[in-house]
Amino acid sequence: MSIDLKNLTIKSAHDALTRGDFSAHDLAEAYLAEIEKKNKKLNAYLEVFDDVLDQADEADKKIKAGKAELLTGIPFAIKDNILIKGRRAGSASKILEGYFATYDATAIKKLKDQGAVFLGRTNMDEFAMGGSTENSAYGVTKNPHDETRVPGGSSGGSAAALAANLCLAALGSDTGGSIRQPAAFCGLVGLKPTYGAVSRSGLMAMGSSLDQIGPFGKTVEDAEIIFEAIKGADPLDSTSRNFPKPKHNKEKLRVGLLKHYIDEIGARGISPEVMENYSKAKDGFYDYPDEFEVAELPFRGVSALAYSLATYYILMPAEVSSNLARFDGVKFGLLEEGNNLKEDYFLTRGRGFGREVRRRIILGTHVLSAGYYDAYYNKANTVRSLIQKTFAKIFEEVDVVLTPTTPTPAFKIGEKSSNPLEMYLADIFTVTANIAGIPAISVPSRPVSVEGKQLPIGMQFMANHGREDILFEIGKKFEKMVA
Amino acid sequence: MLTVKDIEKLAELARIDIPTEEKETLRKEVEAILGYVGEIQKVAGESAEKEIPNHRNVFREDSNPHLSGEFTKELLEEVPRRQDEYVKVKKIL
Repeated sequence: MSIDLKNLTIKSAHDALTRGDFSAHDLAEAYLAEIEKKNKKLNAYLEVFDDVLDQADEADKKIKAGKAELLTGIPFAIKDNILIKGRRAGSASKILEGYFATYDATAIKKLKDQGAVFLGRTNMDEFAMGGSTENSAYGVTKNPHDETRVPGGSSGGSAAALAANLCLAALGSDTGGSIRQPAAFCGLVGLKPTYGAVSRSGLMAMGSSLDQIGPFGKTVEDAEIIFEAIKGADPLDSTSRNFPKPKHNKEKLRVGLLKHYIDEIGARGISPEVMENYSKAKDGFYDYPDEFEVAELPFRGVSALAYSLATYYILMPAEVSSNLARFDGVKFGLLEEGNNLKEDYFLTRGRGFGREVRRRIILGTHVLSAGYYDAYYNKANTVRSLIQKTFAKIFEEVDVVLTPTTPTPAFKIGEKSSNPLEMYLADIFTVTANIAGIPAISVPSRPVSVEGKQLPIGMQFMANHGREDILFEIGKKFEKMVA
Repeated sequence: MLTVKDIEKLAELARIDIPTEEKETLRKEVEAILGYVGEIQKVAGESAEKEIPNHRNVFREDSNPHLSGEFTKELLEEVPRRQDEYVKVKKIL
């Protein structure tokens, strides 16, 4: 039987499964057939699991027993830095060659409990460091909308898989935009939850004060369903917590615009397509005065935001240099042997880590070294607290802030790979939410025409801590506005 | 200004072998990134006020230990060099 994968959502699949229109087995087979056809070219999956149909049969039993939950039988793609017990996990790095996960990430466990089906593990920038998947040790992933372009990153494999209908839902991780940026490049919804909303137990750590696991969905509703399934306090992650159920909003959503901030970043290169799209999105909210109250936030006080990216590229490498110290050839993964233990370390890390990872470890070691600690790391922490205070003030005046997700549509493969600094600029709008710990969502705007191809663009909404509900509300309204 | 010697020192601290031909490229890249991130010096404000974080007393009670050896086998299977129940490393003395 043929299933219309393109228009399938989690809810419509769930309804069809419980009605018996098709089984979880049929659905999994349909996705496996698509993967077989397209994955070789796209390189979205690093591995497709060999027991997918067995998992689907388990889900079918649950459905037949009348115990189906929303995610029972829903086929997921999982980023290669999230652990599933007994399966290979490698963060697309040579240093984890041969490593099998010894436990389930909490987010995975929650999906398993619902009976979700895991199709495979997806490509990414090595250890989530990058914005294009070009830093993967296993080759670049291609953007399904234009195969000469990157899918974004670091969760580029998950995004490409979903955009090409090689899965119905996906998990990624977001340290500085690694869910939202690929979601924007691939025409999907991507959510970075509030810091602490989703347990990171079983997520390979990159920047521990910034990392979050989050969902990719074809619609805001899909992203919401997945977020609801994976969120919650977890004894295995001491930074996780439950957020109080928010009181319902006032009648009108107050939408904040950061005109001067956008102009300031614009001076460093927002593409005209993105700028025009942003202007239209913003004007759209003025068109519904009964639903939205639009406020331009004054520059006074928001100036620290302009330093978000610089702050991020100090804090993140500092945390990277410490977190990646565990990969030493002793406990797991690759071991390159030298003449003594010290040489084992040098060779294992030198050959196991790719260039971008080595670059960030060196950078992080530098900003944490005695002579430079105050000038870089301490100063960055000061700016971070200023950014957090700025958002606290912003959210006294508005419910949600609108920016573009990325300064450009998806760029060409190879276009930025020789200039790390230019690649970093792709994160300019997304890093602020990670630094402030607030939730942010990217929702597809109208696509733009570039060199004869229709390329997706995303708009980003940010809300206060624990207010994902506002992001889902405005996201759903925005979906209708651009439909 | 960062020198190749600085890169070598940092690589030594980070326990990473960097091929000779990559050192100069890496020096240039790291210097360019430092030049960019150094702009945060322009932000006024000396030290951050310490705020009381939301998380408190996150340590669990020291009770309900798991069974001794419960995870040993699985974890040891991931170790590149081992001998029986031990992780094996080269002599360090």
